[in-house]
Amino acid sequence: MDLRFRDTEPTDEERAAIDALLGPPASGWVGGARTDDDLRFAAAGEQERDLLLPALHAVNDRIGWISEGALDYICRRLTVPPADAYGVATFYSMFSLKPRPSRVLHVCTDLVCEARGAAGLCASLEERLGPPGLSWQRSPCLGLCERAPAALALEAGDPPAHAVYGPADAALTEFAEPPVEAAVPQSLHSGPGAGDELVLLRRVGVVDPGSLDDYRSTDGYAALRRAFTLGPAGIIREVLDAGLVGRGGAAFPTGRKWEATARQPDHPHYLVCNADESEPGTFKDRVIMEGDPFALIEAMTIAAYATGCRKGYIYLRGEYPRAFHRLTGAIAAARARGLLGDDVMGQGFAFDIEIRRGAGAYICGEETAIFNSIEGQRGEPRSKPPFPVEKGLFGKPTVVNNVETLVNVLPILLSGASAYAATGTEGSTGTKLFCLSGNVRRPGLYELPFGATLRDLLDLAGGVPEGRSLRAVLLGGAAGAFVRPDELDIPLTFEGTRAAGTTLGSGVVLVLDDGADLVKILLRIAEFFRDESCGQCVPCRVGTVRQEEALHRLAIKPQAGDLTLLREVGQVMRDASICGLGQTAWNAVESAIDRLGVFTSEEAS
Amino acid sequence: MSVPLPPPRRLVEITVDGEPVRLPEGSTILDACQDTPTLCYGDTLTPKNACRVCVVEVEGSRTLVPACSRRAEEGMKVSTDSERVRHSRKLVLELLGSSVDLSTTPGAAEWIAEYDADPQRFGQEAATVEQPVKVDNDLYVRDYGKCIMCYKCVDACGDQWQNSFAITVAGRGFDSHISTEHDAPLTDSACVYCGNCVEVCPTGALSFKTEFDMRAAGTWHEEEQTQTTTICAYCGVGCNLTLHVQDNEIVKVTSPHDNPVTHGNLCIKGRFGFQHVQNGRSAKQTQKD
Repeated sequence: MDLRFRDTEPTDEERAAIDALLGPPASGWVGGARTDDDLRFAAAGEQERDLLLPALHAVNDRIGWISEGALDYICRRLTVPPADAYGVATFYSMFSLKPRPSRVLHVCTDLVCEARGAAGLCASLEERLGPPGLSWQRSPCLGLCERAPAALALEAGDPPAHAVYGPADAALTEFAEPPVEAAVPQSLHSGPGAGDELVLLRRVGVVDPGSLDDYRSTDGYAALRRAFTLGPAGIIREVLDAGLVGRGGAAFPTGRKWEATARQPDHPHYLVCNADESEPGTFKDRVIMEGDPFALIEAMTIAAYATGCRKGYIYLRGEYPRAFHRLTGAIAAARARGLLGDDVMGQGFAFDIEIRRGAGAYICGEETAIFNSIEGQRGEPRSKPPFPVEKGLFGKPTVVNNVETLVNVLPILLSGASAYAATGTEGSTGTKLFCLSGNVRRPGLYELPFGATLRDLLDLAGGVPEGRSLRAVLLGGAAGAFVRPDELDIPLTFEGTRAAGTTLGSGVVLVLDDGADLVKILLRIAEFFRDESCGQCVPCRVGTVRQEEALHRLAIKPQAGDLTLLREVGQVMRDASICGLGQTAWNAVESAIDRLGVFTSEEAS
Repeated sequence: MSVPLPPPRRLVEITVDGEPVRLPEGSTILDACQDTPTLCYGDTLTPKNACRVCVVEVEGSRTLVPACSRRAEEGMKVSTDSERVRHSRKLVLELLGSSVDLSTTPGAAEWIAEYDADPQRFGQEAATVEQPVKVDNDLYVRDYGKCIMCYKCVDACGDQWQNSFAITVAGRGFDSHISTEHDAPLTDSACVYCGNCVEVCPTGALSFKTEFDMRAAGTWHEEEQTQTTTICAYCGVGCNLTLHVQDNEIVKVTSPHDNPVTHGNLCIKGRFGFQHVQNGRSAKQTQKD
């Protein structure tokens, strides 16, 4: 590829950060010092486009921002056109192409934190540090909802550091991050609904997440052993019989996805674990990855064996530094013990896992945007068909599964499909993780068998605080829908929520009491979608802007014309957007108008 | 000129608005309904299906589908004029019309009338992409206030045709825009001035400097122009040139999209190197006089 570069040089530190990832340059043609040999042989480097995002991270982690010289050097090393790399770097909100301090504070102002006083936190920060900009910025959901309001400080350096504040106070008092089991109230309490019946969360807080021995002594890797005796077809049969469906929000039968991928004659096959958990109010995958990282690795190994993948990627949110460290450690430990690598468990099966970090883009959790992001392109969703099982990552058949979906495979193989399917209902088998947040006494991650009602769940969490009454519950996050206090008997199953005109989505249960400002929350949802739209298709790119504008007008003065406009814009987003982001960007607003009477009833105005 | 015949393809039958249509396998729905409005579709490019103005309703599909990229499948039932389709097309035109200057987009005014769209309905405060015109070279002009983000220029500059990779989509969401690296002037970028991005631009956001200046001066009269296709004399490749002539002056050079040599693309010499024709002629005329 004949690339043109502008004459900008990286600093020594930038060069060192990039070389630490990519190794020293092979020749003058790819950014090294020019030698006589280089002038005789035009040895262009291989295009390694998929390392673009890791290389951008390497600079951003070390320096805090990405200069023109650093971007140019990355492009030389990877044979990527500078304009393309610029387009990719500007896509992600965690990267800055302007100089900024090495320490940047990300203050969550999303739904949950908003409901728990993020506005006050921002006001006091503004007083102390000035308006949001380079040293601190407002952030979408950080996945720390059980500790709202939350903030995350990222400090560039070698190595980079981070600090988590939750609940954050105005003085940003430093304290040690609480252990992950603090997010699982069930494991701390006894009595009904206590931790004895936990399946997916049973190891969180019980075993040391850094110890492979601890994991193995609690049935770890027993499921993989059984998988090897069942064989790939046998595993898929079990998963199909167990009735496992995807937990990321779309509820697609996992076994059918695996079967379709396993059948594809085109090779290699890839496995992608979607750990880009960004739906506001969701933190279940973080708790699993921080509290039981080996479970995810074992489950991925089983999925890869069943579907014929030799390589798996974990696409992890950039905002989850602790999960990144725990998973990195767990992968290294598994590799050292022959549980990953060329000969897994001596069974002649080769499989390895690579972690790829996202960089602040909700859209990259979309199953095809994740491929573009890993490949080093802008994280824009692809048009379907073709579906990932036919043409996914690098154009090859790919299985994409959410973290929670994957770890469900372990109990299926350990206890058998029929025992697994005995829990839950006919249409929704097994247990489900619910991310309970907002105005409840014990926010956190709850695991309940499918079939429990919303009321059961709220009771378990102690209900709304003393002296308050329930105003509404947002199910499924920003892409979900509100339900009223008189609808608490909705069974929390895929079919039950669908029948009630709402959705389980990724398991978000955001509780709002009578003190919550619903209009403000709707504005935040609209702002979220406007910020996170990738901008590819017109209905979503412009529609999310018009939705926010109309809500601002409605917040001042409810008018029938603006309600009609919202509905019409909502309809085109739902009908004609490329991906699920645009298609669901109007769901929550619609349900707030239709079910809660926001903007239409006396109460709201 | 011999055009190689593709191998025969099986036919699939679909119905479009109740009428059966037979198409070679691999055709798109758009091939079956040519009068569908399109903006981001380009006959020489891979469909990007970004603008969503060509959406149609396919029975059994939860959402509408883009006609430009969806392949026709046996038995597909397509509606191109249902309530949902008309609603989506109308809203897409309203959303675009309210945020982008569509005044030089061929077809836009007719579609806006046909679908009864009202781009003004979002009010005076509605956000737009209005911005100053970028004039940083003598050959073409970038007026991104007219850009609908169809990605065609980026695709034509990139691996689909020119392989120069001078421009990209930068930013995200409503702030996404076409940019060189670090938003550098074109003259500092990898641009080779082939003008193939201008060729595919559907809105006039990219235009040749000659056309831009004449439009500004009010002397651009497309209806008076003649088009003559000839062969470029600069090198031995044999590209077809279509000379757009107004008042006996070449005002623009394009290439036929169905030309098997160029597929509508040219290089800087063929596209912009016509001034000597005019200069030479006036010099000769002066000599004669």
